[in-house]
Amino acid sequence: MTPTDPQPTTDRRAERTTKVVDLASSSVRELNQALHESSSTGGESSAVEWVITNPQGEHAIACGLTEPVHVRIEGHVGYYCAGMNQRAHVEVRGNAGVGLAENMMSGRVDVSGDASQSAGATGHGGLLVINGNAAARCGISMKGIDIVVGGNVGHMSAFMAQAGRLVICGDAGDALGDSLYEAHLYVRGTVKSLGADCVAKPMRAHHHTELADLLSRAAMAYSTAEFTRYGSARSLYNFHVDNAY
Amino acid sequence: MCGIVGIQLRDETLYPNLGALLTPMLCHAAHRGPDSAGVGLYGDARYTRPGFSSISVLLGEVEVSQVTTALARDRDLGAVEVTAAGPTTVIRAATEPWTLERGVAEILDGTGAIIIGRGRELAVLKGTGDPSALAATFDLTRATGYQGIAHTRMATESAVTSAHSHPFSVAADLCLVHNGSFANHATIRRQLQAEGHVFDSDNDSEVGARYLAHKLSEGSDLEKALRQLCDEFDGFYTLLVTTADSFAVVRDAIACKPAVIAQTDSWVAMASEYRSLAGLPGIDQARLFEPEPEEVYLWQR
Amino acid sequence: MTSANTDSGTASSGLRESATFDRATIHEIQRAAETGVYDIRGWGAKRAVPHFDDLLLLGASMSRYPLEGYRERCDTDVVLGDRHAKFPLHLQIPVTIAGMSFGALSAQAKEALGRGASEVGTSTTTGDGGMTAEERGQSKHLVYQYLPSRYGMNPDDLRRADAIEIVLGQGAKPGGGGMLLGQKITERVAGMRTLPVGVDQRSACRHPDWTGPDDLEIKIRELREITDWEKPIYVKVGATRTYFDVALAVKSGADVVVVDGMQGGTAATQEVFIEHVGIPTLAAIPQAVQALQELGMHRKVQLIVSGGVRNGADLAKCLALGADAVSIGTAALIALGDNSPRFAEEYRALGSEAGFYDDYQDGRDPAGITTQDPELSARLDPVLGGRRLANLLRVMTMEAQTLARACGKAHVHNLEPEDLVALTIEAAAMARVPLAGTSWIPGRPSRDGDRW
Repeated sequence: MTPTDPQPTTDRRAERTTKVVDLASSSVRELNQALHESSSTGGESSAVEWVITNPQGEHAIACGLTEPVHVRIEGHVGYYCAGMNQRAHVEVRGNAGVGLAENMMSGRVDVSGDASQSAGATGHGGLLVINGNAAARCGISMKGIDIVVGGNVGHMSAFMAQAGRLVICGDAGDALGDSLYEAHLYVRGTVKSLGADCVAKPMRAHHHTELADLLSRAAMAYSTAEFTRYGSARSLYNFHVDNAY
Repeated sequence: MCGIVGIQLRDETLYPNLGALLTPMLCHAAHRGPDSAGVGLYGDARYTRPGFSSISVLLGEVEVSQVTTALARDRDLGAVEVTAAGPTTVIRAATEPWTLERGVAEILDGTGAIIIGRGRELAVLKGTGDPSALAATFDLTRATGYQGIAHTRMATESAVTSAHSHPFSVAADLCLVHNGSFANHATIRRQLQAEGHVFDSDNDSEVGARYLAHKLSEGSDLEKALRQLCDEFDGFYTLLVTTADSFAVVRDAIACKPAVIAQTDSWVAMASEYRSLAGLPGIDQARLFEPEPEEVYLWQR
Repeated sequence: MTSANTDSGTASSGLRESATFDRATIHEIQRAAETGVYDIRGWGAKRAVPHFDDLLLLGASMSRYPLEGYRERCDTDVVLGDRHAKFPLHLQIPVTIAGMSFGALSAQAKEALGRGASEVGTSTTTGDGGMTAEERGQSKHLVYQYLPSRYGMNPDDLRRADAIEIVLGQGAKPGGGGMLLGQKITERVAGMRTLPVGVDQRSACRHPDWTGPDDLEIKIRELREITDWEKPIYVKVGATRTYFDVALAVKSGADVVVVDGMQGGTAATQEVFIEHVGIPTLAAIPQAVQALQELGMHRKVQLIVSGGVRNGADLAKCLALGADAVSIGTAALIALGDNSPRFAEEYRALGSEAGFYDDYQDGRDPAGITTQDPELSARLDPVLGGRRLANLLRVMTMEAQTLARACGKAHVHNLEPEDLVALTIEAAAMARVPLAGTSWIPGRPSRDGDRW
């Protein structure tokens, strides 16, 4: 592939080389291969900033990254952008399709607009920040990822969420936190309905601390006092066996 | 399982570009449904014209001349015009849609040919094979009009034939495309059959189309008919349904099958994936959103 | 659970057992009334269904010529996943080990499966719980399952795997999710799955970020992108609407399709699921092969069949019906020592018998296989277990070769449906081969000129 090399511009804030890849002329395969090869070269990769133009809703953009590179995507992306991300910082200036940052392990993903369903699904770590709204099933089966949504989330968000934190600065749709395990949910607005086994819980000092930290990392200027915490009632943890002998 | 796309134009200056807008939308949905494709075009001067009704037909083995000769004998119909588009043939006459349909149906009875669309504004073109190649067969880029929908199909449980392709149009100017899989369509099919409805295929989506036609004939408006559909149909669906003056989208309660809507002052468009919308004029300024489950979104011309 | 029918004692005393409400049925109603929970157990379907024993091979004599048993070549190798992947799997034998999780099985059992499979040049598979270092270390070819729960799913293991198997369903429970009861969720199992220790884990039945073949096509592309198009991608389905599901797997881009029939095993599933959902393996293969043939993909997208495969005869019959390879699960566990008479007394203490034990969900397996109890699992020596499994795999392969040679084939893949006849009308109809001694395939018009 040919990342349009001619502009190794220097960023004023840091000594960074910018590589521009125009998806109007390069394929997603070429882009990802180049990103993976740049990742595997280790050290110097963090000094490179990738700028992806004309994403046009293509799928699987910048998935499977392993090194702390910075990738900025100028426009809307399709399914599975930044899937299984490790260490990289992927920034989407636009909306994201289904399964944004699915199964993310570490690193950070930022979306300036909205995310479709299953954002952050099964993520194990890292931080996902959605500045707009997230659709249904945001944080489904999350396993340690932190997700901060500036707007609202759709129905069945945090379904079977196992670990990690989901912060919703707007409202939550139906069946929030259904069959929840140990993930922490914080909602600033209203909750249309709670899912099975999900209950409101008191905010203790350490909850304020972790929420404040997440809000600050996501650059959301809200007071933690505005949020309600939800968690698992743990009544579904084991089958209820009667003993009507 | 499929890709669906559609657009309703509000800005008349765009009418000549309907095909140019719709073709890339369809081609970007090709990977979701490589088996077959179809389109429903409203107001395309090649197929419909004021004062006329159009019937879209898959003639199969039947010769066009056979149909025109027979129709010419019917003095009530007046002059009959015919346009071919790939496997589809569109027949026009200056009469009511049902009058023309009755005439055509009589001629085609027992031949295996089927009527796939009817109305004053609507022409339905469909076939099997690669969607992009079909778009070329239909000469889709040259289509004009005020509204168009298209579908690419990955057949789940019924055959890959032109008759099984979407859109399904079973009442005048009504057109439906579906992505998903209804879970109780066999039961609803039996109920509709008991009320006298006759089906052209064993496709689950046709049941949705016939159900809507039935509800509309009972007096429901499109919005109400779609709500009734939500109450009765089980399973997964994203539906795009159009009539001569409406463009409507609805998803099931679980809303797994994708849908994106984009709206500007000039047009409203819907697609399974944003990718299909990316080339529309003014997309950067459009209001983009995903339809909520079981909510009917309807735009009237 | 064991089902007892009439025995001579009660029959001679003039008591009559209801065929509808037999003792097992009465027992189950009583159990349900007492506990308020459905019955959960391991193993696969126990009811009798048309199976490979209902098929026979037509050995050669005069019209065809057999190959010498020990001298003439009869190959058994198979290549899996050469449709799109840079590195397809080359296996020495067409028998692989099915996915069984660490959690359902002990670490020792997983290691033994890896050792046994590697010794004979075939693959083993992870399960709904992630990849352990032991099994990766001991497995030459390891297939990494990608399941709805995504327990333990991570890109490092994805890249360490030799193939990726996207699991939509399992023969024991098509349409249902996995289960692992609290007794087996120890600290290590819980840690790998990010679950609290001791919960009764009920996995999702649908993938969290895609539904249907149109989305699966995009998911497969993502997995290929993450692994730079190196790994074969399998799609596994439980056998139900097999013709359609196999066609859709192919259209979605799968390199290999795995079809698990209703006799396929499980570590913990509702009994009602195990016995009442899905179609027999025998019936699923012709449907799958038909779908592949109609798409022009038979032998290009490989077909792996599982669910009740026990020996070389079953293997030969699966291949003759059109499979490229089989997977074994229950048979592999039996090879490791499951249900061994050595533990007869302990099985009895658990209310079962050697040969009947199916309470894998309890985690108290005396053979140390389906347990996380450190003392019990220490009973299984992974090296010895691996040797036993390798022996079974060798025997199965030699048996299949014997049968293939008898049919005149220099490669086991040259077996074909025309080498088979059926003993029962049911098996003939399902396998789409003629009833023995006739040219009659139920549901098919007989061919002109048939002379047998």
